[in-house]
Amino acid sequence: MPLFGKFKYGGKNVISGSDAGAIAAKLCRPSVISAYPITPQTIIVERLAEMVNNGEMKAEMVKVESEHSAASVQMGAQATGVRTIGASCSQGLALMNEILHVISGLRLPCVMMVANRALSAPISIWNDHSDTMASRDTGWIQLHCENNQEIFDTVIQAYKIAEDKNVMLPIMPCFDGYILSHLYESVNVATQSQVDNFLPAYKAVHHYLDPKRPITIGSVAPPNCYTEFKFQQQKAMDKALKVIKKVNSEFSKEFGRSYGNGLVEEYKLKNADTVLIGMGSVCGTIKSVVDKHKGVGLLRIKSFRPFPTEDIVRALSNAKRVAVVDKAFSFGNAGPLFTEVKAVSPVKKINGFIMGLGGRSITEKDIEFVIKNAGVEKNFWVNVNE
Amino acid sequence: MNNLPEKEYFASGHNACRGCGPAIAMRWIAKAAGDNTVIAHATGCMEVISTLYPYTSWKTPWIHSAFENAGAVGSGVEAALKTLYSKNRPNVLMIGGDGSTFDIGFQALSGAIQRKHNFCYVCYDNEAYQNTGYQRSGATPKYARTTTTPYGKVVHGNDTWQKPMPLIIAAHGAKYIATASVSNVVDLYNKVKKGLEIPGPAYVQVQTPCVPGWGINQASTIQVAKLGVETGAYPLYEIEGGKVKMTRKLEKLVPVKKYLELQARFRNLSEDEVKEFQSRVRYWYKYIESLESKGKVFP
Ligand SMILES: Cc1ncc(C[n+]2csc(CCOP(=O)(O)OP(=O)(O)O)c2C)c(N)n1
Ligand code: SF4
Ligand SMILES: [Mg+2]
Repeated sequence: MPLFGKFKYGGKNVISGSDAGAIAAKLCRPSVISAYPITPQTIIVERLAEMVNNGEMKAEMVKVESEHSAASVQMGAQATGVRTIGASCSQGLALMNEILHVISGLRLPCVMMVANRALSAPISIWNDHSDTMASRDTGWIQLHCENNQEIFDTVIQAYKIAEDKNVMLPIMPCFDGYILSHLYESVNVATQSQVDNFLPAYKAVHHYLDPKRPITIGSVAPPNCYTEFKFQQQKAMDKALKVIKKVNSEFSKEFGRSYGNGLVEEYKLKNADTVLIGMGSVCGTIKSVVDKHKGVGLLRIKSFRPFPTEDIVRALSNAKRVAVVDKAFSFGNAGPLFTEVKAVSPVKKINGFIMGLGGRSITEKDIEFVIKNAGVEKNFWVNVNE
Repeated sequence: MNNLPEKEYFASGHNACRGCGPAIAMRWIAKAAGDNTVIAHATGCMEVISTLYPYTSWKTPWIHSAFENAGAVGSGVEAALKTLYSKNRPNVLMIGGDGSTFDIGFQALSGAIQRKHNFCYVCYDNEAYQNTGYQRSGATPKYARTTTTPYGKVVHGNDTWQKPMPLIIAAHGAKYIATASVSNVVDLYNKVKKGLEIPGPAYVQVQTPCVPGWGINQASTIQVAKLGVETGAYPLYEIEGGKVKMTRKLEKLVPVKKYLELQARFRNLSEDEVKEFQSRVRYWYKYIESLESKGKVFP
């Protein structure tokens, strides 16, 4: 049985992405843990269980019987007025889809890690972004991470963003299954007091279940007000754009690390004619290829929801060709990231590349192919055996 | 009446049909739970009729989120309350219809009981999916006409008998199980109260006739429920510490025909079908009664 390796707070440790997520979650002091095993996310649940059972973490761990219940338990606990943590991916995320909508609709600031994995059929335990793309319209903020340090940092930031009174929306910190969840790399693990300084203790403010001030949560909305609820939800997403940036810079002050402006990261865009756009770990590979070229840059989308339209438009203002890398597909149309970027892109020479589905490796050669074909009048399924 | 609280926790003015059995039950369930309670409620008639925004009938904190997850939401509430209160911790009351409980939410309830959260789950049993227009559920009796089990030329109504839900729950090792009838609200009140007071998971299932779903006169709800008990169709019992106790012993079962003929959903039953119904009712009543003398029969 895999157990935590030794690690220390306040210093560098070689740990997996799952460890990074679990330790970060622990440092945020959630009161209730609710998650269900699914590869490759399982290690997160195991780590949390280990910390609870060893008395290192004071939290109620609810060992649920499904992801539908995992999300429901997390919702119930958060609605009672405590901080919570969840984790899932793939089939599990699909199973809880109904409740994801409810959590955001009830404006509960839950945090749930997602170790991105492909969706069945055919069944695949390996990485792509089909699962979170299928959850795109659930009303959750989605923040994609590039490496294990970013997983650690994003989980901590996620609580601060979600719980901001202008936001009050749930967040999925997303990271690529196996590629990051099972990758061991150096992560600077913060101390409890650092995290406590950054993230105040949780205090439910308005809608929580308390016999001293009884309220009804989850009522029926007739047509005369349903739209207003949804409008408010979108306004919160708009406000989240600002809050994500603010939290990114506050985090930088406390911990000395930041990720672009929190929404997007611009890499060598200054003199770039050709701009690649992607999300998650593939951006590491893209950066190393970009380094070998002149006039090529990367725009990494960290926040897929809310979608950082303004930042994308600004970042592409000097570009001539844009290539969007998608690890998911919207059947009957195109890659979802491509479709969305294209809708706002000031650059008309823009095309999409489907790659890395179901765990297929994305090599530097594949990225060279993308650079070579960037902006042509055609989308590509890279490396597909037709 | 013996010390029943005058304070109302389920306000009138809701949108239930006239003569609605479940709505009567809600009033007494909420009274039994009292002030210091959090309610997790499943989708269904009672949720829909009581919480049309911006109104609510509920005077205790109440949450609804989906059809199949009251057991899980309540588990989350209970877990959070554990971390928030060291004493005077609020009760957790979960409420679901029979469709929610017997069918789609069964797994969430099963998990909640096995995990031994401290709660009382009340299933108001109106024997079908009434909110969506009277479709059959796992609690619909055989031969009942519903909109998905019409009385046709070839098939006469529903073709399955109810799941023996209280016994299934008992087999999970719940601490307290009881059946009740809306025709005896004092008994219902006492059973819900007991379910909340006993530490650990408890389950109370109350038969609550539905006026349009059962095709009964709106003034006859209590009469029909009463006959449900007196015919043995809805035996009233408790299971505590694994021991079964009949809380309403029947010297003689009233012929089930008397119960069936008040309900349009059982109209057109042939003599043979009524006979089968009668023997099924007798079998289950006698079976449960027989458990009483056996001591501890459940974990
Ligand atoms: C996942 C899901 N499936 C179906 C429905 C539609 N639906 C809402 S209430 C209901 C029936 C409820 O039946 P029951 O639990 O017996 O409560 P009742 O309406 O009879 O009070 C159904 C089918 C839903 N809301 N959610
Ligand atoms: S349909 Fe039946 S259960 Fe629903 S409100 Fe009317 S009487 Fe009550
Ligand atoms: Mg029903």
